[in-house]
Amino acid sequence: MSKAFVRTEFHPDLPPPASERGVVGWLRHNLFSTWYNSLATLVIFYLAYLAIPPIIDWTLISAVWEANDYKECKAAGSGACWGMIDKRFNLFMYGFYKAEHFWRPNLTLIIFIVAMLPVLFDKLPGKNICAPFLILGYPAVALALIRGPIEMSSFQSPIGIAVWVALFAGSVFMGHRGAKTANAVMSGIGYTAAYFILFIVFASWGLGLEPTETDTYGGLLLTLILAGVGIAVALPLGILLALGRRASSMPIIQMLCIGFIEIIRSVPLISVLFMAQFMLPLFMPEGMKFDNVMRALVGFSLFAAAYMAEVVRGGLQAIPKGQFEAADSLGLNFYLNMRLIVLPQALKIVIPGIVSTFIGLFKDTSLVSIIGLADLLLVAKQSYTDANWLGLEHTAYVYIAVIYFCICFSMSRYSMYLERKLHTGHKR
Amino acid sequence: MSDTNTAAADNSGPAITISAMHKWYGDFHVLKDINLTVERGERIVVCGPSGSGKSTMIRCINRLEEHQKGSINVSGIELTNDLKNIDTIRREVGMVFQHFNLFPHLTVLQNCTLAPIWVRKMPKAEAEEIAMKYLERVKIPEQAQKFPGQLSGGQQQRVAIARSLCMNPEIMLFDEPTSALDPEMIKEVLDVMVDLAKEGMTMLVVTHEMGFAKQVADRVIFMDGGEIIEQNEPNEFFDNPQSDRTKLFLSQILGHS
Ligand SMILES: Nc1ncnc2c1ncn2[C@@H]1O[C@H](COP(=O)(O)OP(=O)(O)O)[C@@H](O)[C@H]1O
Ligand SMILES: [Mg+2]
Repeated sequence: MSKAFVRTEFHPDLPPPASERGVVGWLRHNLFSTWYNSLATLVIFYLAYLAIPPIIDWTLISAVWEANDYKECKAAGSGACWGMIDKRFNLFMYGFYKAEHFWRPNLTLIIFIVAMLPVLFDKLPGKNICAPFLILGYPAVALALIRGPIEMSSFQSPIGIAVWVALFAGSVFMGHRGAKTANAVMSGIGYTAAYFILFIVFASWGLGLEPTETDTYGGLLLTLILAGVGIAVALPLGILLALGRRASSMPIIQMLCIGFIEIIRSVPLISVLFMAQFMLPLFMPEGMKFDNVMRALVGFSLFAAAYMAEVVRGGLQAIPKGQFEAADSLGLNFYLNMRLIVLPQALKIVIPGIVSTFIGLFKDTSLVSIIGLADLLLVAKQSYTDANWLGLEHTAYVYIAVIYFCICFSMSRYSMYLERKLHTGHKR
Repeated sequence: MSDTNTAAADNSGPAITISAMHKWYGDFHVLKDINLTVERGERIVVCGPSGSGKSTMIRCINRLEEHQKGSINVSGIELTNDLKNIDTIRREVGMVFQHFNLFPHLTVLQNCTLAPIWVRKMPKAEAEEIAMKYLERVKIPEQAQKFPGQLSGGQQQRVAIARSLCMNPEIMLFDEPTSALDPEMIKEVLDVMVDLAKEGMTMLVVTHEMGFAKQVADRVIFMDGGEIIEQNEPNEFFDNPQSDRTKLFLSQILGHS
């Protein structure tokens, strides 16, 4: 035998051995691969056997589906009292929002879902219309639908109107000038200001609907308003703060951003909410009505923006210097570089962090119950302290827990889908 | 220094004129009295030991780094802090990096059309047509729809070259374009660069590929310690180096290859 060896035929690709395939293969691989794995599997099955039947019994079998008060519930079964949820359903959903106006938040939500579908899922058409609408048009529409017109004293006097018109013309001119001279900051500020003036005008018209009182907002409606506005403000503001924090060529802006982020992050949310509650009215011009919900929204959005800024900064830091250099060498200016190269990559990296912040934000809305807003949590609490429904805290809390879970879990699943979708090629 | 604010490229004079240019990183004097004129269509290879300032020098040419003293003039445009001039120069000058620096979130085609569409304001269809033309020139049109992460190093570097060419630059800068590549991929990239040189592109190439230098360079420049030590036409440079530092350097790199 010589030591030399030459393979003359290629080995064919064979399927893996039977023990690696099918149900048995899967079980062997995942549940019973070692003795301690098998032990853990058996223990977990046993615990599930202990826990699941009582849960099913409480939620379904012994549950009471119709009742007029807690006594009927107690008499009819030992499980959950879904009858209470049924009777108080509107309170859980809308708080004290007037029943005749329920269609308005409902429509707002429907518009949101319909416009969001093409944005969330690539297979549906219309993304090019829906995305700009969601960003630019939807906030105004949602505000008008839910809130109705917001009274602005300055629109009542000719002088006030003249000032607004002048401001608008000035902003548009500034934006136009900036765009023509390729000054991104100038055109950005100009057009943004013009947009906000249009927004205010639209808000004061409010689609001509009847105004609603914000202190009637409650339940899931209030929770969604707080979370929705918080998210909508926190993401763009957080991105700006993160960019500002890295803008070493503009030390004053950088210091302001760092100061804002660090101060907000070093105090508890509840104190930010209290501050917003008591301090904001001091800064507001006379005649501007600033209700509880609005104050909570401001506190909430600023708090979330500070956290979002740090999440985004993490993504910015992960972008290699070579990306900036390549973009520079191709002649892209700062604004194009951020928009086309840096942010798409940075945000993609931090999707899990962004969604975690969203989820945290959504659950933190429950803190507003401390400043007296009747969000989902407070509504649950009110229901089992109601004289008719005493002692039904299990039912109330399980119910809202399920609502919180469904919303947060869908956000988390969507983030995983998004990560998979945006994944391009091998990581190196 | 001209006091008129015109930022139009002048295509008659030399491509690049660097005179008495110095640069510091903090207290560290990284480039010392650099004087260099690159004529149109000239191919120059820059070599020298690691840390000698080769990258820093060519990165000053498109203002990825800022010089502190002396002047750099590209296509008749003086490099100052005027952003307009910098933008004009960057459109005139293409750059290829050691680590490719492709945009990983965009396809190969999008990498190539991005700058023409957004910087040159070219219609998308036209930009794509041009991009495909250059992808064919670097011999990878079939990869147009892939993402950079799905390509080999040599393919990525060829895309990077095509991406720069799509901006239709007058001058191409290469910073060690083959040093991050496996040996079997070096040739495919060098071939593309040789083609480019044959078409008359003005090229400034930092490389240690001596074969490439001998084949295409009009001039070889040797840098050490932030200074230009020696420059000569390639055969003279390799066969008859004058400075001791050049001799030492050549003996080191030729001893290995
Ligand atoms: N951003 C920087 N800050 C400080 N020193 C730097 C920086 N970049 C490069 N240097 C130093 O400048 C010198 C020249 O670097 P470089 O131009 O990259 O050399 P080469 O490309 O010839 O290897 C090296 O000593 C390097 O450590
Ligand atoms: Mg280098």
